[in-house]
Amino acid sequence: MNNLVLNNTIRFIALLFLQVLIFNHMNIFGNVNPMVYITWVFLFPFRKKRSLLLILSFLLGISIDFFSDSGGINAFAITFIAYFRLPILMAILRRPDLDYGQFNLRTISTNKAFLFIATLTLIHHFIVFGLEYFSFSAILSIISNTILTSIFTILICTLGIVLFTKKK
Amino acid sequence: MRRIIYLIKKFRYFLLFIILEILAFIIIIQDHSYHQSKFVNSANFFTGGLYNKANSINEFFHLRKDNQLLSEENARLKNLLEKRENTYAIDSFTVIDTSQYFQKYDYSVAKIINNNYTKRNNFITLNKGAKHGLTPDLGVVNSKGIIGVIKNVSANYATVLSILNSNSNINVRLKNSNHFGTLVWDGKDYNITQVIDIPRQAVVKAGDTIVTGGKSAIFPEGIEVGVVKDFKYAQNKYQIINILLFNDMSAIGEVQIVKNLHKDEQVTLEQSVVNE
Repeated sequence: MNNLVLNNTIRFIALLFLQVLIFNHMNIFGNVNPMVYITWVFLFPFRKKRSLLLILSFLLGISIDFFSDSGGINAFAITFIAYFRLPILMAILRRPDLDYGQFNLRTISTNKAFLFIATLTLIHHFIVFGLEYFSFSAILSIISNTILTSIFTILICTLGIVLFTKKK
Repeated sequence: MRRIIYLIKKFRYFLLFIILEILAFIIIIQDHSYHQSKFVNSANFFTGGLYNKANSINEFFHLRKDNQLLSEENARLKNLLEKRENTYAIDSFTVIDTSQYFQKYDYSVAKIINNNYTKRNNFITLNKGAKHGLTPDLGVVNSKGIIGVIKNVSANYATVLSILNSNSNINVRLKNSNHFGTLVWDGKDYNITQVIDIPRQAVVKAGDTIVTGGKSAIFPEGIEVGVVKDFKYAQNKYQIINILLFNDMSAIGEVQIVKNLHKDEQVTLEQSVVNE
Protein backbone atom coordinates (compact mmCIF):
# COMPACT_ATOMS: atom_id res chain seq x y z
CA MET A 1 0.00 0.00 0.00
CA ASN A 2 2.79 2.37 0.96
CA ASN A 3 4.61 1.46 -2.20
CA LEU A 4 1.51 2.38 -4.19
CA VAL A 5 1.27 5.83 -2.60
CA LEU A 6 4.95 6.49 -3.20
CA ASN A 7 4.72 5.31 -6.81
CA ASN A 8 1.80 7.56 -7.57
CA THR A 9 3.35 10.57 -5.84
CA ILE A 10 6.49 10.19 -7.92
CA ARG A 11 4.42 9.72 -11.08
CA PHE A 12 2.41 12.86 -10.33
CA ILE A 13 5.50 15.03 -9.92
CA ALA A 14 7.39 13.41 -12.79
CA LEU A 15 4.51 13.87 -15.24
CA LEU A 16 4.00 17.49 -14.18
CA PHE A 17 7.67 18.41 -14.67
CA LEU A 18 8.02 16.39 -17.89
CA GLN A 19 5.01 18.17 -19.32
CA VAL A 20 5.88 21.75 -18.40
CA LEU A 21 9.63 21.60 -18.93
CA ILE A 22 9.97 19.32 -21.96
CA PHE A 23 6.75 18.47 -23.78
CA ASN A 24 5.31 22.01 -23.67
CA HIS A 25 8.33 23.20 -25.62
CA MET A 26 8.65 20.38 -28.13
CA ASN A 27 6.93 22.08 -31.08
CA ILE A 28 6.96 19.14 -33.47
CA PHE A 29 6.17 20.48 -36.99
CA GLY A 30 6.25 23.95 -35.49
CA ASN A 31 3.20 23.75 -33.26
CA VAL A 32 2.48 20.27 -31.91
CA ASN A 33 3.03 19.80 -28.18
CA PRO A 34 1.99 16.35 -26.95
CA MET A 35 0.06 16.40 -23.67
CA VAL A 36 1.56 13.36 -22.01
CA TYR A 37 0.44 14.25 -18.47
CA ILE A 38 -2.87 12.49 -19.08
CA THR A 39 -0.96 9.20 -18.68
CA TRP A 40 -1.84 9.87 -15.04
CA VAL A 41 -5.46 8.97 -15.74
CA PHE A 42 -4.52 5.79 -17.63
CA LEU A 43 -2.24 4.49 -14.90
CA PHE A 44 -4.00 5.54 -11.70
CA PRO A 45 -5.12 2.36 -9.88
CA PHE A 46 -8.68 1.32 -10.74
CA ARG A 47 -10.81 1.44 -7.59
CA LYS A 48 -14.47 1.41 -6.75
CA LYS A 49 -14.05 4.75 -4.96
CA ARG A 50 -13.31 7.39 -7.53
CA SER A 51 -13.13 10.57 -5.46
CA LEU A 52 -9.36 10.39 -5.01
CA LEU A 53 -8.81 10.01 -8.76
CA LEU A 54 -11.08 12.97 -9.49
CA ILE A 55 -9.45 15.27 -6.94
CA LEU A 56 -5.88 14.35 -7.84
CA SER A 57 -6.58 14.64 -11.56
CA PHE A 58 -8.04 18.08 -11.00
CA LEU A 59 -4.96 19.06 -9.01
CA LEU A 60 -2.62 17.83 -11.76
CA GLY A 61 -4.63 19.72 -14.37
CA ILE A 62 -4.65 22.96 -12.40
CA SER A 63 -0.89 22.65 -11.78
CA ILE A 64 -0.33 22.34 -15.53
CA ASP A 65 -2.57 25.39 -15.96
CA PHE A 66 -0.49 27.39 -13.50
CA PHE A 67 2.60 26.67 -15.52
CA SER A 68 1.16 27.22 -18.97
CA ASP A 69 -1.12 30.21 -18.19
CA SER A 70 -4.13 28.47 -19.68
CA GLY A 71 -6.79 29.28 -17.08
CA GLY A 72 -8.58 26.11 -16.04
CA ILE A 73 -8.61 24.40 -19.42
CA ASN A 74 -6.37 21.45 -18.57
CA ALA A 75 -8.08 20.97 -15.21
CA PHE A 76 -11.47 20.83 -16.90
CA ALA A 77 -10.38 18.36 -19.55
CA ILE A 78 -8.48 15.96 -17.32
CA THR A 79 -11.27 15.88 -14.70
CA PHE A 80 -13.66 15.06 -17.52
CA ILE A 81 -11.70 12.04 -18.76
CA ALA A 82 -10.97 10.97 -15.18
CA TYR A 83 -14.70 10.71 -14.53
CA PHE A 84 -15.50 8.92 -17.77
CA ARG A 85 -12.52 6.58 -17.59
CA LEU A 86 -14.45 3.72 -16.04
CA PRO A 87 -17.59 3.81 -18.25
CA ILE A 88 -15.43 3.96 -21.38
CA LEU A 89 -13.28 1.06 -20.21
CA MET A 90 -16.40 -1.01 -19.46
CA ALA A 91 -17.75 -0.25 -22.91
CA ILE A 92 -14.50 -1.29 -24.55
CA LEU A 93 -14.14 -4.47 -22.51
CA ARG A 94 -17.88 -5.28 -22.81
CA ARG A 95 -17.93 -6.35 -19.18
CA PRO A 96 -20.45 -5.31 -16.52
CA ASP A 97 -17.95 -5.18 -13.68
CA LEU A 98 -14.23 -5.04 -13.09
CA ASP A 99 -11.97 -7.14 -10.95
CA TYR A 100 -10.77 -4.14 -8.92
CA GLY A 101 -7.46 -4.61 -7.18
CA GLN A 102 -5.75 -6.80 -9.70
CA PHE A 103 -6.78 -4.89 -12.73
CA ASN A 104 -4.39 -2.67 -14.63
CA LEU A 105 -3.89 -1.78 -18.28
CA ARG A 106 -1.30 -4.49 -18.85
CA THR A 107 -3.72 -7.29 -17.97
CA ILE A 108 -6.02 -6.62 -20.93
CA SER A 109 -5.18 -7.20 -24.58
CA THR A 110 -2.98 -4.64 -26.32
CA ASN A 111 -5.65 -3.69 -28.84
CA LYS A 112 -8.19 -2.89 -26.17
CA ALA A 113 -5.69 -0.96 -24.07
CA PHE A 114 -4.69 1.03 -27.13
CA LEU A 115 -8.32 1.76 -28.00
CA PHE A 116 -8.91 2.91 -24.42
CA ILE A 117 -5.92 5.28 -24.50
CA ALA A 118 -6.84 6.61 -27.93
CA THR A 119 -10.47 7.34 -27.00
CA LEU A 120 -9.59 9.20 -23.81
CA THR A 121 -6.80 11.14 -25.53
CA LEU A 122 -9.06 12.27 -28.36
CA ILE A 123 -11.78 13.41 -25.94
CA HIS A 124 -9.26 15.23 -23.76
CA HIS A 125 -7.56 17.00 -26.67
CA PHE A 126 -10.86 18.00 -28.22
CA ILE A 127 -11.93 19.66 -24.96
CA VAL A 128 -8.58 21.40 -24.53
CA PHE A 129 -8.50 22.87 -28.04
CA GLY A 130 -12.21 23.60 -28.01
CA LEU A 131 -11.89 25.68 -24.85
CA GLU A 132 -8.69 27.31 -26.05
CA TYR A 133 -10.17 28.58 -29.33
CA PHE A 134 -13.62 29.08 -27.77
CA SER A 135 -15.46 29.72 -31.04
CA PHE A 136 -17.40 27.69 -33.57
CA SER A 137 -15.76 29.40 -36.52
CA ALA A 138 -12.43 27.84 -35.56
CA ILE A 139 -13.84 24.30 -35.69
CA LEU A 140 -11.42 23.24 -38.45
CA SER A 141 -8.39 24.42 -36.46
CA ILE A 142 -9.76 22.66 -33.39
CA ILE A 143 -10.24 19.33 -35.20
CA SER A 144 -6.93 19.39 -37.05
CA ASN A 145 -5.04 20.32 -33.88
CA THR A 146 -6.86 17.61 -31.93
CA ILE A 147 -6.00 14.86 -34.40
CA LEU A 148 -2.39 15.89 -34.99
CA THR A 149 -1.57 16.34 -31.30
CA SER A 150 -3.45 13.16 -30.34
CA ILE A 151 -1.29 11.06 -32.67
CA PHE A 152 1.87 12.15 -30.86
CA THR A 153 0.33 11.96 -27.40
CA ILE A 154 -0.94 8.42 -28.02
CA LEU A 155 2.42 7.32 -29.43
CA ILE A 156 4.43 8.73 -26.53
CA CYS A 157 1.98 7.57 -23.85
CA THR A 158 1.85 4.03 -25.21
CA LEU A 159 5.60 3.92 -25.46
CA GLY A 160 5.98 5.25 -21.93
CA ILE A 161 3.49 2.76 -20.49
CA VAL A 162 5.14 -0.16 -22.30
CA LEU A 163 8.60 0.87 -21.14
CA PHE A 164 7.90 1.89 -17.56
CA THR A 165 5.27 -0.55 -16.29
CA LYS A 166 5.66 -4.22 -15.55
CA LYS A 167 3.67 -6.78 -17.46
CA LYS A 168 1.75 -9.09 -15.22
CA MET B 1 -34.20 13.90 4.73
CA ARG B 2 -32.89 10.35 4.56
CA ARG B 3 -33.82 10.23 0.93
CA ILE B 4 -31.72 13.30 0.25
CA ILE B 5 -28.75 11.80 2.06
CA TYR B 6 -29.28 8.57 0.14
CA LEU B 7 -29.36 10.47 -3.16
CA ILE B 8 -26.23 12.43 -2.32
CA LYS B 9 -24.50 9.20 -1.37
CA LYS B 10 -25.60 7.51 -4.55
CA PHE B 11 -24.44 10.31 -6.79
CA ARG B 12 -21.47 11.47 -4.73
CA TYR B 13 -18.88 10.88 -7.46
CA PHE B 14 -21.03 12.61 -10.02
CA LEU B 15 -21.55 15.55 -7.63
CA LEU B 16 -17.81 15.80 -6.98
CA PHE B 17 -17.22 15.68 -10.71
CA ILE B 18 -19.71 18.47 -11.35
CA ILE B 19 -18.26 20.63 -8.56
CA LEU B 20 -14.72 20.26 -9.91
CA GLU B 21 -15.81 20.99 -13.47
CA ILE B 22 -17.72 24.10 -12.39
CA LEU B 23 -14.66 25.27 -10.47
CA ALA B 24 -12.48 24.77 -13.56
CA PHE B 25 -15.03 26.53 -15.73
CA ILE B 26 -15.16 29.55 -13.41
CA ILE B 27 -11.37 29.82 -13.67
CA ILE B 28 -11.59 29.61 -17.48
CA ILE B 29 -14.24 32.34 -17.66
CA GLN B 30 -12.30 34.57 -15.30
CA ASP B 31 -9.23 33.96 -17.43
CA HIS B 32 -10.97 35.06 -20.61
CA SER B 33 -11.91 38.50 -19.33
CA TYR B 34 -9.09 40.89 -19.99
CA HIS B 35 -9.67 43.39 -17.23
CA GLN B 36 -9.68 40.98 -14.37
CA SER B 37 -6.30 39.87 -13.15
CA LYS B 38 -6.02 36.13 -13.18
CA PHE B 39 -5.64 33.85 -10.24
CA VAL B 40 -4.09 30.97 -12.20
CA ASN B 41 -0.91 32.37 -13.75
CA SER B 42 2.74 31.47 -13.92
CA ALA B 43 3.94 34.60 -12.12
CA ASN B 44 4.13 33.05 -8.70
CA PHE B 45 6.96 31.93 -6.51
CA PHE B 46 6.89 28.26 -7.42
CA THR B 47 6.29 28.24 -11.18
CA GLY B 48 8.43 31.32 -11.74
CA GLY B 49 11.25 29.82 -9.72
CA LEU B 50 11.17 26.58 -11.67
CA TYR B 51 11.09 28.36 -15.02
CA ASN B 52 13.97 30.53 -13.87
CA LYS B 53 16.07 27.46 -13.07
CA ALA B 54 15.19 25.74 -16.34
CA ASN B 55 15.89 28.89 -18.31
CA SER B 56 19.36 29.35 -16.90
CA ILE B 57 20.29 26.07 -18.58
CA ASN B 58 18.43 26.86 -21.77
CA GLU B 59 19.94 30.33 -22.01
CA PHE B 60 23.40 28.89 -22.42
CA PHE B 61 22.47 27.51 -25.84
CA HIS B 62 21.34 30.90 -27.15
CA LEU B 63 24.39 32.94 -26.22
CA ARG B 64 25.55 33.29 -29.79
CA LYS B 65 22.20 34.55 -31.02
CA ASP B 66 21.81 36.96 -28.11
CA ASN B 67 25.24 38.37 -28.79
CA GLN B 68 24.30 38.84 -32.41
CA LEU B 69 21.15 40.75 -31.45
CA LEU B 70 23.03 42.93 -29.00
CA SER B 71 25.70 43.87 -31.48
CA GLU B 72 23.05 44.66 -34.11
CA GLU B 73 21.28 46.95 -31.68
CA ASN B 74 24.59 48.46 -30.66
CA ALA B 75 25.39 49.26 -34.28
CA ARG B 76 22.00 50.89 -34.76
CA LEU B 77 22.40 53.02 -31.64
CA LYS B 78 25.90 54.03 -32.62
CA ASN B 79 24.57 55.16 -35.99
CA LEU B 80 21.95 57.26 -34.22
CA LEU B 81 24.57 58.77 -31.95
CA GLU B 82 26.74 59.56 -34.93
CA LYS B 83 23.87 61.43 -36.59
CA ARG B 84 23.22 63.40 -33.41
CA GLU B 85 26.83 64.36 -33.01
CA ASN B 86 26.85 65.59 -36.56
CA THR B 87 23.87 67.86 -36.03
CA TYR B 88 25.39 69.25 -32.88
CA ALA B 89 28.64 69.89 -34.67
CA ILE B 90 26.85 72.05 -37.23
CA ASP B 91 24.70 74.00 -34.80
CA SER B 92 27.19 73.99 -31.97
CA PHE B 93 25.22 75.36 -29.07
CA THR B 94 24.40 74.25 -25.57
CA VAL B 95 21.10 74.61 -23.78
CA ILE B 96 21.11 74.20 -20.04
CA ASP B 97 17.49 74.44 -19.02
CA THR B 98 16.24 71.60 -16.89
CA SER B 99 12.68 72.91 -16.90
CA GLN B 100 12.49 72.23 -20.62
CA TYR B 101 13.64 68.71 -20.19
CA PHE B 102 11.20 65.95 -19.58
CA GLN B 103 11.35 62.22 -19.82
CA LYS B 104 8.28 60.45 -21.11
CA TYR B 105 9.32 56.81 -21.24
CA ASP B 106 11.36 54.80 -18.81
CA TYR B 107 13.00 51.57 -19.99
CA SER B 108 14.18 48.67 -17.88
CA VAL B 109 15.44 45.25 -18.88
CA ALA B 110 14.12 41.79 -18.06
CA LYS B 111 14.64 38.27 -19.23
CA ILE B 112 12.06 35.88 -20.65
CA ILE B 113 12.05 32.68 -18.64
CA ASN B 114 9.11 31.00 -20.34
CA ASN B 115 7.81 31.64 -23.82
CA ASN B 116 4.79 30.14 -25.59
CA TYR B 117 3.97 30.78 -29.21
CA THR B 118 2.16 27.70 -30.51
CA LYS B 119 -1.12 27.92 -28.64
CA ARG B 120 -4.08 30.12 -29.49
CA ASN B 121 -3.58 32.27 -26.38
CA ASN B 122 0.07 32.67 -25.55
CA PHE B 123 1.66 34.10 -22.42
CA ILE B 124 5.27 34.88 -21.60
CA THR B 125 6.85 34.82 -18.13
CA LEU B 126 9.50 37.39 -17.14
CA ASN B 127 12.07 37.18 -14.35
CA LYS B 128 11.19 40.58 -12.88
CA GLY B 129 8.18 41.59 -10.86
CA ALA B 130 6.63 44.12 -8.52
CA LYS B 131 9.87 44.33 -6.55
CA HIS B 132 11.57 45.78 -9.62
CA GLY B 133 8.83 48.33 -10.26
CA LEU B 134 6.71 46.37 -12.71
CA THR B 135 2.95 46.86 -12.75
CA PRO B 136 0.23 45.49 -15.04
CA ASP B 137 -0.29 47.24 -18.41
CA LEU B 138 3.32 48.09 -19.14
CA GLY B 139 4.60 47.50 -22.67
CA VAL B 140 7.23 44.88 -23.44
CA VAL B 141 9.52 45.37 -26.44
CA ASN B 142 12.87 44.20 -27.70
CA SER B 143 15.32 45.56 -30.23
CA LYS B 144 13.29 44.21 -33.15
CA GLY B 145 9.75 45.10 -32.18
CA ILE B 146 6.95 44.71 -29.69
CA ILE B 147 6.36 41.57 -27.63
CA GLY B 148 3.25 42.23 -25.58
CA VAL B 149 1.74 43.86 -22.51
CA ILE B 150 2.27 42.85 -18.88
CA LYS B 151 -0.80 41.23 -17.41
CA ASN B 152 0.01 39.84 -13.95
CA VAL B 153 2.83 40.60 -11.56
CA SER B 154 3.99 38.85 -8.43
CA ALA B 155 6.87 39.90 -6.18
CA ASN B 156 9.58 38.51 -8.44
CA TYR B 157 7.89 37.49 -11.69
CA ALA B 158 5.48 38.82 -14.27
CA THR B 159 3.36 37.34 -17.05
CA VAL B 160 3.02 39.05 -20.39
CA LEU B 161 0.01 38.92 -22.70
CA SER B 162 1.89 38.14 -25.90
CA ILE B 163 0.87 39.76 -29.20
CA LEU B 164 0.19 36.14 -30.18
CA ASN B 165 -3.01 36.04 -28.11
CA SER B 166 -6.65 36.45 -29.06
CA ASN B 167 -7.07 39.10 -26.34
CA SER B 168 -4.24 41.26 -27.63
CA ASN B 169 -5.31 44.46 -29.42
CA ILE B 170 -2.47 46.88 -30.06
CA ASN B 171 -2.83 50.18 -31.84
CA VAL B 172 -0.55 50.37 -34.90
CA ARG B 173 -0.25 52.57 -37.95
CA LEU B 174 1.34 52.65 -41.37
CA LYS B 175 4.77 54.20 -41.13
CA ASN B 176 4.31 56.46 -44.13
CA SER B 177 0.70 57.59 -43.88
CA ASN B 178 -0.50 57.79 -40.25
CA HIS B 179 -3.57 55.62 -40.85
CA PHE B 180 -4.37 53.72 -37.68
CA GLY B 181 -5.35 50.09 -37.30
CA THR B 182 -5.35 47.34 -34.69
CA LEU B 183 -2.86 44.51 -34.47
CA VAL B 184 -4.49 41.12 -33.83
CA TRP B 185 -3.52 37.48 -34.33
CA ASP B 186 -5.53 34.73 -36.02
CA GLY B 187 -3.68 31.89 -34.32
CA LYS B 188 -2.22 30.27 -37.41
CA ASP B 189 1.42 31.25 -37.88
CA TYR B 190 3.52 32.82 -35.14
CA ASN B 191 5.49 34.91 -37.63
CA ILE B 192 2.41 36.48 -39.16
CA THR B 193 -0.09 38.76 -37.43
CA GLN B 194 -3.00 40.72 -38.85
CA VAL B 195 -3.99 44.36 -38.91
CA ILE B 196 -7.70 45.19 -38.92
CA ASP B 197 -9.74 48.40 -38.98
CA ILE B 198 -7.44 50.22 -41.40
CA PRO B 199 -9.64 52.85 -43.11
CA ARG B 200 -10.39 52.20 -46.74
CA GLN B 201 -8.82 55.41 -48.00
CA ALA B 202 -5.40 54.28 -46.76
CA VAL B 203 -3.01 53.14 -49.47
CA VAL B 204 -1.46 49.83 -48.48
CA LYS B 205 1.25 48.13 -50.48
CA ALA B 206 3.06 44.87 -49.85
CA GLY B 207 6.33 45.73 -48.13
CA ASP B 208 5.02 48.76 -46.22
CA THR B 209 6.33 49.05 -42.70
CA ILE B 210 3.92 48.94 -39.76
CA VAL B 211 4.85 50.80 -36.56
CA THR B 212 3.12 51.28 -33.21
CA GLY B 213 0.65 54.15 -33.20
CA GLY B 214 0.69 56.85 -30.56
CA LYS B 215 -2.93 56.29 -29.59
CA SER B 216 -2.28 53.79 -26.84
CA ALA B 217 -0.85 54.98 -23.56
CA ILE B 218 1.34 51.88 -23.38
CA PHE B 219 3.81 51.89 -26.25
CA PRO B 220 5.85 54.83 -27.52
CA GLU B 221 4.96 55.82 -31.05
CA GLY B 222 7.01 54.50 -33.93
CA ILE B 223 8.38 51.18 -32.71
CA GLU B 224 8.67 49.02 -35.80
CA VAL B 225 6.45 45.94 -35.81
CA GLY B 226 6.70 44.33 -39.24
CA VAL B 227 6.07 44.66 -42.94
CA VAL B 228 2.90 44.06 -44.94
CA LYS B 229 3.11 40.60 -46.46
CA ASP B 230 -0.13 40.56 -48.42
CA PHE B 231 -3.67 41.90 -48.08
CA LYS B 232 -7.18 41.39 -49.36
CA TYR B 233 -9.27 44.34 -50.50
CA ALA B 234 -12.93 43.55 -51.13
CA GLN B 235 -16.32 45.29 -50.77
CA ASN B 236 -14.61 48.65 -50.55
CA LYS B 237 -12.55 47.90 -47.48
CA TYR B 238 -9.48 46.06 -46.35
CA GLN B 239 -10.67 42.62 -45.28
CA ILE B 240 -7.37 41.39 -43.97
CA ILE B 241 -3.80 42.63 -43.95
CA ASN B 242 -1.11 40.10 -43.09
CA ILE B 243 1.98 41.41 -41.34
CA LEU B 244 5.31 39.62 -41.32
CA LEU B 245 6.84 40.40 -37.91
CA PHE B 246 10.44 41.61 -37.62
CA ASN B 247 10.66 39.62 -34.41
CA ASP B 248 11.05 35.88 -34.46
CA MET B 249 8.61 35.22 -31.60
CA SER B 250 10.02 31.72 -31.12
CA ALA B 251 13.48 33.01 -30.22
CA ILE B 252 13.24 35.99 -27.88
CA GLY B 253 15.35 36.29 -24.76
CA GLU B 254 16.19 39.74 -23.44
CA VAL B 255 13.39 42.29 -23.44
CA GLN B 256 12.86 45.88 -22.38
CA ILE B 257 9.91 47.08 -20.37
CA VAL B 258 8.49 50.45 -21.28
CA LYS B 259 6.89 52.54 -18.60
CA ASN B 260 4.96 55.58 -19.78
CA LEU B 261 5.57 58.20 -17.10
CA HIS B 262 2.73 60.34 -18.44
CA LYS B 263 0.19 57.56 -18.60
CA ASP B 264 -1.88 58.64 -15.60
CA GLU B 265 -1.99 62.18 -16.90
CA GLN B 266 -3.10 61.05 -20.36
CA VAL B 267 -5.68 58.57 -19.11
CA THR B 268 -7.15 61.02 -16.59
CA LEU B 269 -7.47 63.67 -19.27
CA GLU B 270 -9.13 61.25 -21.66
CA GLN B 271 -11.49 60.05 -18.92
CA SER B 272 -12.51 63.60 -18.06
CA VAL B 273 -13.39 64.24 -21.70
CA VAL B 274 -15.53 61.10 -21.80
CA ASN B 275 -17.31 62.01 -18.57
CA GLU B 276 -18.39 65.46 -19.69
